[in-house]
Amino acid sequence: MRIGILALQGAFIEHKHVLDSLHVESFEIRRLRDIESPFDGLIIPGGESTTMGKLLVELGLLEPLKQKIENGLPVFGTCAGAILLAKDIEGAAQGQGTTFATMDITIQRNAYGRQLGSFFTEEKFNDTVIPMSFIRAPIITKVNNGEVLATVNGDIVAARQGNQLATTFHPELKTDFVHRYFLGMM
Amino acid sequence: MSKNRTELNKNLAQMLKGGVIMDVTTPEQAKIAEDAGACAVMALERIPADIRAVGGVSRMSDPTMISEIQKAVSVPVMAKVRIGHTIEARILEAIEIDYIDESEVLTPADDVYHIDKSQFAVPFVCGAKDLGEALRRIQEGASMIRTKGEPGTGDIVQAVRHMRAIMADIRRLSSMSKDELYHAAKLLQVPYELVASVAANGKLPVVNFAAGGVATPADAALMMHLGAEGVFVGSGIFKSGDPQKRAKAIVKAVTNYADYGILAEVSRGLGEAMVGINENEIEIMMAERGK
Repeated sequence: MRIGILALQGAFIEHKHVLDSLHVESFEIRRLRDIESPFDGLIIPGGESTTMGKLLVELGLLEPLKQKIENGLPVFGTCAGAILLAKDIEGAAQGQGTTFATMDITIQRNAYGRQLGSFFTEEKFNDTVIPMSFIRAPIITKVNNGEVLATVNGDIVAARQGNQLATTFHPELKTDFVHRYFLGMM
Repeated sequence: MSKNRTELNKNLAQMLKGGVIMDVTTPEQAKIAEDAGACAVMALERIPADIRAVGGVSRMSDPTMISEIQKAVSVPVMAKVRIGHTIEARILEAIEIDYIDESEVLTPADDVYHIDKSQFAVPFVCGAKDLGEALRRIQEGASMIRTKGEPGTGDIVQAVRHMRAIMADIRRLSSMSKDELYHAAKLLQVPYELVASVAANGKLPVVNFAAGGVATPADAALMMHLGAEGVFVGSGIFKSGDPQKRAKAIVKAVTNYADYGILAEVSRGLGEAMVGINENEIEIMMAERGK
């Protein structure tokens, strides 16, 4: 099994460390050439979704990766990654055509405000309590066609739709639980 | 501050990695920076090159100006306070700034003490010339480090010197025995535990960016090559001929710093770079502020 980690900007190395600890092979995706060989899953890390979106377009990665996701490639987006997967982004800012927009969810960016609103908690993900770090995190306000996997204070923080998994928190910082769930999707 | 808060503040810096943080002085510039792919912006009234040219005392920016930039963009907004100016920092915390830069670019308010950053809920980034400085700032509560470089010059030599010094010292620590580490802690003027953790992990316990003198995509890529985890660009963008194009080019260069084809491509036709002054021509060495 070989997992591609989008490494344009953000916390991609943290995902690699988790996969390493699970003895799963991974590689970084920074340019078109990196996705020439086949792979079994894609991770879109946390970081700035606007930065990653621009770079996806600039580097010609948006369409080919989007196609792979639409063709069933298992994909896991955390925080900014979840924003890039969402079909519908509430409010302004995110330019059209700079996200994958493959997952039928609605997401609200910076939903807890600025850095002072960032928080840590422990909640159930798919019935198991795990640590969750929210860093200037978004909230999934609607899951149209899929499964809610976690909520915190009533807000949806993890969802799955077929081959696509999104969390608004950062499991890669504290636990391998969600990565193991993701690997189980393959 | 609670352990969780400290951790969350370090985490935000982790999310900025591989990105470019750009100095901006107006909401319009902030938009340009964000559109070009900046992962955060630094709001300040005057960019370092102008601070250098104007002289006098340079202070924290007007909170109104910072708030307008906060409204204009969705990426994190940082702002600078003078070294040791606890109250300027409290003011920025009150307007919910995402990151405070306790910066040698402004005129120091205290020539002995830095701010006790461990007492704040918002995170701090601080400059460092060497490993000792970096670890002293971390001990005071900084959750991100950047090289000092020599701001507002467009001359990369100081940032290179500082990054090389920090990385070389980390490598040296990694090869030391425990008794040698005790002595190293003494020389670095930092607690043994901090030195031991750097030695064990082979890296700083917080994210380390490059700053000061970055003017071209090649400069930014050079800093990444030397071990920076991201780059601050101050005067280099908005003092150049085509800020938008240069900003985009630097963002791409940081992501693909090891792909020389892409670097060659983004280096083409950028127009005039900031003129720059070399380190032998300047009177004020900002990097010497705050040890």
